[in-house]
Amino acid sequence: MLSGIVFWVLAVVAVAAGVAVFRVDSMARATYALAASFVAVGLSLLLLDLQFLGVMTVLMMVMEMAIMAIYMIMFMGMNPALMPMSMVHGKRPALLISVGTFAVLATGALLVPWPTRRGAPAADLVTSLGEAVMESKMLVMLTVSPVLFATIVAALVLALPRSRYDRLGADLRGRADR
Amino acid sequence: MTVVQVSAGWVPLAAALLLTVATAAAALDGVLAARAGGRPLGEGLLTPAAETARLFRQRRRTTVAADLPLQRIGGAGLLTAALLMVTVVPFGRWTVADLSVGVVWFNAMDVLLWAALWLAGWGPNSVHPLVAGHRFLAQALSYELPLMFALTTPAVAAGSLRLGDLVAAQSGLWFVVWMPVAFVVFCAGVLAFSAWGPFSAALGGGATGGVLAESAGVDRWLVTAGRYALLTAGAAFGATAFLGGGHGPLLPAWLWVLVKTALLLAVLVALRRRLPVVRPERLTVPAWLVVLPLVLVQLLVVSVVVVVRG
Repeated sequence: MLSGIVFWVLAVVAVAAGVAVFRVDSMARATYALAASFVAVGLSLLLLDLQFLGVMTVLMMVMEMAIMAIYMIMFMGMNPALMPMSMVHGKRPALLISVGTFAVLATGALLVPWPTRRGAPAADLVTSLGEAVMESKMLVMLTVSPVLFATIVAALVLALPRSRYDRLGADLRGRADR
Repeated sequence: MTVVQVSAGWVPLAAALLLTVATAAAALDGVLAARAGGRPLGEGLLTPAAETARLFRQRRRTTVAADLPLQRIGGAGLLTAALLMVTVVPFGRWTVADLSVGVVWFNAMDVLLWAALWLAGWGPNSVHPLVAGHRFLAQALSYELPLMFALTTPAVAAGSLRLGDLVAAQSGLWFVVWMPVAFVVFCAGVLAFSAWGPFSAALGGGATGGVLAESAGVDRWLVTAGRYALLTAGAAFGATAFLGGGHGPLLPAWLWVLVKTALLLAVLVALRRRLPVVRPERLTVPAWLVVLPLVLVQLLVVSVVVVVRG
């Protein structure tokens, strides 16, 4: 009963905030509407007893959206981010693609013969999640993380043409400023 | 000592307790300000009441083309985050929410402050709050990772993310004794997410007033009270995760929690007048090149001890 009410409230909030992302006219509102939608999804994971994943989703998404808001405002040229603006473009293809995707996925969900459950959930979900990530998938992680890290460093180097040269001077020895 | 989850009817009482301790922290800050300014100490003691009366009678301030919903959400976010943080902290034998991932919950709530302070700065459509909101995010990028690893350390030692298990694991030896670096980094993290003392650039009383520059009346009260509530919630978590929680001789467990929280909180409040404010852009290099490796070494030492002990 109670979890049913909580689920429906969270579901409505998630969808309504998701709709709001495209209806509002400001970058900040759109970003934080998306964050609110993700928080509702994260909290609804708690209903599935996936507490770690649920709380982690809230943590990651709020952090991500806080940073994303800054980048969106920073990189929208001509300063439209600070004025009212439409959050949608290419309306007709976007509408066609999204309705098509929804129809395909919904049809699939209704028509696919769902397998019956095999096995039982682990007693300690956090531990089993950690083992799944750290044992069999470790090689993937080890491959992915250097690539991701290199991407971050490269992006920062490109975004900051002067960075440490500002602080340490052209020869990187002394203190150029202050 | 086992921790039991109390019924939801106790939640208002827990919130009132947090606000009471936060008020005491504000009174202590008032006394310290009065002593520094050579005014009578009793006047300083009444600061919370006087400020509340003053701000509740003051008109709210609205600026041109302000984004009021976001401004209000951001302003209320500090107090909300503090109240949500403290739900997982056991008060002696009782807790409001016995969450199996309490440590992560605390961390997620302190991340909410990234959004809250930036929104409070963005909302007024005014230069100084906007810049201060961005400065808080820059500071957050510096303090969040060291804080995360400082939070991980006691969880690794206890082998659990549940705060009740953290307390139980400290029955012999408090965590602060063998993970002092993590404790210091955690305390710095609490100061930083509360935008207090050396990390108060975003809310500072400098030339601009930062995020609060355009804020008056009840809006200003919410942010100010939220800061003290955040310090209190952080101190309560620190007392639980590092200072043994309810463990101690003679006194009942809940009183020990209260005493330890009050002592840690008093230190955090007093640090405000002892340390200079660090500019957020100067914080990144020491935070990432010195503090982060230090806290990682601390985590490594604790992990090795846990593995060797079996």
